[in-house]
Amino acid sequence: MAIMSYIEAVTLAMREEMQRDSQVFVLGEDVGVRGGVFRATDGLYSEFGEDRVLDTPLTESAIAGVAIGAAAYGKRPIAEMQFADFIMPAINQIISEAAKIRYRSNNKWSCPMVVRAPYGGGIHGALYHSQSVEKIFTGVPGLKIVTPSTPYDVKGLLKSAIRDDDPVLFFEHKRCYRLIKGEVPADDYTIPIGKADVKREGTDVTVITYGMMVHFALQAAEQLEKDGISVHVLDLRTLVPLDKEAVLEAVAKTGKVLVVHEDNLTGGFGGEVSAIIAEEAFFELDAPVRRLAGPDVPAMPYSPTLEKEFILNPDKIAKAIRELAEF
Amino acid sequence: MATEIKMPQLGESVTEGTIAKWLKKPGDPVAKYEAICEVSTDKVNAEVPATFEGTMVEIVAGEGETVAVGEIICKMAEEGAEVTAAPTTPVAEEAKPEATNASAPAPAKVDVSAKRGSGSGRFSPAVLRLSQENDIDLTLLTGTGAGGRITRKDILTAIEQGIGKVGSAPTPQVISVDEPVVAQVPTVDVDTALSTTPPASKPAMGVVTEEGDIEIPLTSVRKTIASRMVQSKHEAPHAWTMMEVDVTGLVELRNKMKHDFKVREGVSLTFMPFFIKAVSDALKEFPVINSMWGGDKIIQKKRINISIAVATDDALYVPVIPDVDELSILGLAKKVNTLAQKTRAGKLDLSDLQGGTFTVNNTGSFGSVMSQPIINQPQAAILSFEAIVKRPVVMNNMFAVRDMMNICMSLDHRVLDGLVAGRFLARVKELLEEYTVDSTF
Repeated sequence: MAIMSYIEAVTLAMREEMQRDSQVFVLGEDVGVRGGVFRATDGLYSEFGEDRVLDTPLTESAIAGVAIGAAAYGKRPIAEMQFADFIMPAINQIISEAAKIRYRSNNKWSCPMVVRAPYGGGIHGALYHSQSVEKIFTGVPGLKIVTPSTPYDVKGLLKSAIRDDDPVLFFEHKRCYRLIKGEVPADDYTIPIGKADVKREGTDVTVITYGMMVHFALQAAEQLEKDGISVHVLDLRTLVPLDKEAVLEAVAKTGKVLVVHEDNLTGGFGGEVSAIIAEEAFFELDAPVRRLAGPDVPAMPYSPTLEKEFILNPDKIAKAIRELAEF
Repeated sequence: MATEIKMPQLGESVTEGTIAKWLKKPGDPVAKYEAICEVSTDKVNAEVPATFEGTMVEIVAGEGETVAVGEIICKMAEEGAEVTAAPTTPVAEEAKPEATNASAPAPAKVDVSAKRGSGSGRFSPAVLRLSQENDIDLTLLTGTGAGGRITRKDILTAIEQGIGKVGSAPTPQVISVDEPVVAQVPTVDVDTALSTTPPASKPAMGVVTEEGDIEIPLTSVRKTIASRMVQSKHEAPHAWTMMEVDVTGLVELRNKMKHDFKVREGVSLTFMPFFIKAVSDALKEFPVINSMWGGDKIIQKKRINISIAVATDDALYVPVIPDVDELSILGLAKKVNTLAQKTRAGKLDLSDLQGGTFTVNNTGSFGSVMSQPIINQPQAAILSFEAIVKRPVVMNNMFAVRDMMNICMSLDHRVLDGLVAGRFLARVKELLEEYTVDSTF
């Protein structure tokens, strides 16, 4: 099995799907000749040509709009937002059109589109290159939202997303791109959307998270193991539809839950997870459900000191886990 | 001292770099901003500049080595600093504290005498559920959580080790319910009643709530009533007796007087003042009835303070009219009226509730013809006046239609016996039957 980086798994999944299905095509800013600013579409232009790897103007509303139209026509577009921060001009297309086509047309039309967007910070990207935007979409029925953390999950989930008949927002944590490497099988496997994954078994505290925070949580768990604290880590992988059963099962493992995300605390997806736990796993709880998230400030700052203060890290997560363990 | 130079961040999403070439070797002088090495990443190739003037001390990452952002690539000495040889073993590693055993949570032990911390009385949903499902007596466990809280893990450990089972305590722990409350002074003290731990406030076992049932949380008044009633029934052996009273004369008297009385005095003339007056007079003659149980003695009260039961929609109060023996029918009527209004308005003071020595209960007001009242502890007896109803009775060997009323008395058999109670009751009956349409008051 090949060891590859997170972003290589993104490229591989797209390449394999484009080879498999001629309806699949890619569009976005600099995705063609340049191969994407992060190199996610590296080599696709030369392999599939300009008809299937489209360089677009700097107009996210058009990228999403064209993708929706093509999807309605039977194509399977993969629209790249260069940064998740830039998805804002496309929100009307995504929320008002893509999310509602199936419902609005009484099931006659669908929108088999994937929107890929690199999100998250910790890479000195400052205000417009660091945001987490998932909470804008998690409350919009009609969208599926995938946030993988490992190369293996990336390949399997991106393939599922491309094959899905409904719009999928595929959020890739940009810090994972080159930092996270892992084994990725060469075969054509998929991972079902809506299934969480236990990344580590433990008995003292359950951490429920996704994306880059999965790795921080695992590092924190490693640290704490030395002190005899056993941490259970559940990677949600998909936010919508949420794998409720996996969440409740993970709660029952320890009775103490820490929900972690880089997105802001207020209105963040952790609130939804916490509410579900409170409603459906009350008698499993041994401590109040705790959330650890980005602070409620407008954006990730540029100053390294402030960025460090803003973003979570293994130490901050370890501290919160330790407090819960001692409760 | 050498300063560590770390792999810089060379672009967004770049998390590591490969040292392509070292431009300086140990011992070389380095000017500020001078390139010290070349680094390649899959996005960019770049030179790493020195951030201060100094001397290269040691190269940590060799050419061709891939290093994560933030990891040390080399060490440099600042200009003017003494150059020392790089230490061969990292010192920091050795200083690590041995924390493996120290902070591992200790298993729960059977330790009844353990000092309980602030967290010991609060249980999480998981702990309560597990303790109920596995018959674990939480008072037998020592918590390892914050403030001595029993954690879910403590319970799981206890289940595994088979300890803490209900009934397995070496010496059964007595839950400190108060000793039988024996009042020295006859006070109906709401606060005292609230602070006790009566059996009544424990959740009743076996009560199943079904859909549509309404659970009404206990108000403090309800709790007090519950605790006092249970306490009374539990502690005072209740005996009960009843007599029939012919109040035809009293009814006629009241019917004749009530209109003028209301106009003159501003309050309605009810039967209650007459009942209280009769009780008061009878108590004077049988002072032992005006007593209370004092544990190792019986305390016979000099003052005659009558508690009257006043019901509101959701509670029952027993405000007190003190020194009733000094009051006329008019005085009693006014007092009863005032207390009833204060009760219904929720404006009773603590002083209105204290000091009763005997209770009068007007159960007839809602039509009852017989009742078994619960004694208002620590008083020795309570008397209910039932509804006045017209009944055929035999008088002078003839049937007559008379206004009849039952009076029912519960007595604390520790203090009183049936004979004296019967005599007292008979005297009350007699006093009431003495009224005629021409009586004055």
